[in-house]
Amino acid sequence: MRRVLPAACLTICLMAALALAAQELQLPATVNAGSGFAIATSGSGSATFYLVGPSYTAKRQVQLGQEIQVRPPEVRSAGRYLAILRSGGASRSGSFYVSAAKPASLSFLAHPSRIPVGQRGGVVGVAFLFDNWHNLVRRPEDVEFRLSTKNAPAAAQSVRTRDGAAWILMNSGTKAGNAQFVAALDGIEEARVIQQVASDPCHLQIRAERSPRGILVQTAPVRDCSGNPVSDGTVVTFTANSPAGLSTVDVPVKKDIAQVELKIPGPATISVASGVVMGNEVKVGGQQ
Amino acid sequence: MKLAVLLVLATIALLILGFALPVHQATTPGIVSGEALPGVGASANTPEAAVRSLLGDVQARDWNRAYSVLANNNNVPKEAFIRDVGGNYGSLRTFSSLEGSRTRVLNENGDQALVRADMHWSTAVGPIYDVKQLKVVQQGGNWKVEWPLEKQPTVPPQVVPVNYLRWDVISRGPEDDWGTQNVDSPRVRIVSMNAVQHGSTLVIVGEVVNEDTVPAFVDINAILIGKNDQNLDQESSFDKIQHTLLPKQVTPYRIDFPGFNLSQVKNVRMDAKAMLVPASADPVIAVLDQHEQNNVLGRKVLSGNLLNESGRVVNIAQVLATYYDSNGKVIWVSDGYVDRALLPQTPEPFAVDMPDSTVGKVQSYRVTVNHYMRQQS
Repeated sequence: MRRVLPAACLTICLMAALALAAQELQLPATVNAGSGFAIATSGSGSATFYLVGPSYTAKRQVQLGQEIQVRPPEVRSAGRYLAILRSGGASRSGSFYVSAAKPASLSFLAHPSRIPVGQRGGVVGVAFLFDNWHNLVRRPEDVEFRLSTKNAPAAAQSVRTRDGAAWILMNSGTKAGNAQFVAALDGIEEARVIQQVASDPCHLQIRAERSPRGILVQTAPVRDCSGNPVSDGTVVTFTANSPAGLSTVDVPVKKDIAQVELKIPGPATISVASGVVMGNEVKVGGQQ
Repeated sequence: MKLAVLLVLATIALLILGFALPVHQATTPGIVSGEALPGVGASANTPEAAVRSLLGDVQARDWNRAYSVLANNNNVPKEAFIRDVGGNYGSLRTFSSLEGSRTRVLNENGDQALVRADMHWSTAVGPIYDVKQLKVVQQGGNWKVEWPLEKQPTVPPQVVPVNYLRWDVISRGPEDDWGTQNVDSPRVRIVSMNAVQHGSTLVIVGEVVNEDTVPAFVDINAILIGKNDQNLDQESSFDKIQHTLLPKQVTPYRIDFPGFNLSQVKNVRMDAKAMLVPASADPVIAVLDQHEQNNVLGRKVLSGNLLNESGRVVNIAQVLATYYDSNGKVIWVSDGYVDRALLPQTPEPFAVDMPDSTVGKVQSYRVTVNHYMRQQS
């Protein structure tokens, strides 16, 4: 008796499992989004077929013994789908997974839109891969990031996606100008423009001379430490110390230089600054 | 019938009492006795009365009457006097009214006197105090005021070429795709910050720089954190800052916390907000001849001249003065509005106060100018 009882239990369990397996629909484990397929059926008579997906449901009459065609538009959204076949009060069901198709588009986020030259790791790029039906492509793919400026060698690096995204930190170049920041994969390209701008002024120099109305002060071409001219509109502050008192004027750079005529008749010591950068100092004598 | 007769008799009795015992007229609300402007119609039998009469007419904006009581109206054109007192070119004075004044005879000698008038103007940006020393002379038995007309030099007709930069901004639109690049906000940085106790007010002063290559609209907020890490108060720099900063431009800021003491505060949380805005590099305003001096009241002020180097009129100018100690630390920020418009190529004097607490500590200073210009069509 002790030997018969476990064997009987095992047999019952196996039979139950076989019965359940017989009720399962024969479905592929995974299907690419937008790819149709057929489900084999057995028996005869009519049945109702249900398909339930992440953004789609369908119900239709089918003939048992014939294949059920799942059309490509029915499986466009990636995710888990449930298929149910109901006939004469009995149901058979199964599930399958629709994964994203091959990448068809890139969403490319680039930051910042402006950056001073020579910034290490200052340019951030993030690319998200999507298929034709806007499903995130989660399998690993190699995305190439390229940062290039006119008349300068391009910097390029390939990054493998993780869970549909690839990201990179790149250094800004040494030349000011608009840089093309491109993310590319198998002929798909998305480009952004990163404006590489001059950094802080370097070696700020002025010269001053007497003019009929005062003192004409002018900077040498204002450039950053990489030799890029600073952006027009950059404010340069001239300060003149004279017996009459202190005089200051904020002047924007125009075509690389800033200049002003200070209406100071007497002798003056003139200095220059831009932002937190100081320049040289010059002395000018009084009017004759 | 009896009641009606009684009421008529009572009314007649009250009317007779009213005429027999008049009530003395009360002083006008808002005008403190002895210091204000009873002026209008008053006889000018003393130098002080003459000045108060003139200021009363100015307060009433009765320019004809005010002009008629000037001693030097043969030298001062009426239009120039009205411009001088009432403002022109959309200046702050045109948005002002004389609210009150104090007069004091400084010197009286026979038929001449010197009277100081401390005037309190109510303006669109708050009160402005002005002091004038007026010479008063006796003419035909009446005292009359010699108006010290501040003559504005006439700018010769000319063409001033202005080709400074202007920045316009096109931002991302609502119809653009997700992930489409937008234009970043400008990078600004608070380069210094100092907490100062000024009487019963805790004041945060410092400087902020626009490190970017595009113009920025900047606002500074400060939160006072108490001993138990609780928020005590939050204030912004309001108008004590140059809001629009061109690339690499530095502005001072000042944030006042009335009624707070430095000992209550454990920490101050600062926040600089910057927005990308359209801006113009024009006009350039030079600040000339800055020097410390005592004004007529004996108070220390920083004064100088503003010179509008552009070809357009600057309607309202605000001066921001930053005071540094010997270590280059910002110890105070003063501001003051100039109530006259800045005409092209014409110097305009200014003065901003230096609080007593900073006198002796100020090693250097820097003056910047905020400007407001009426839109041109």
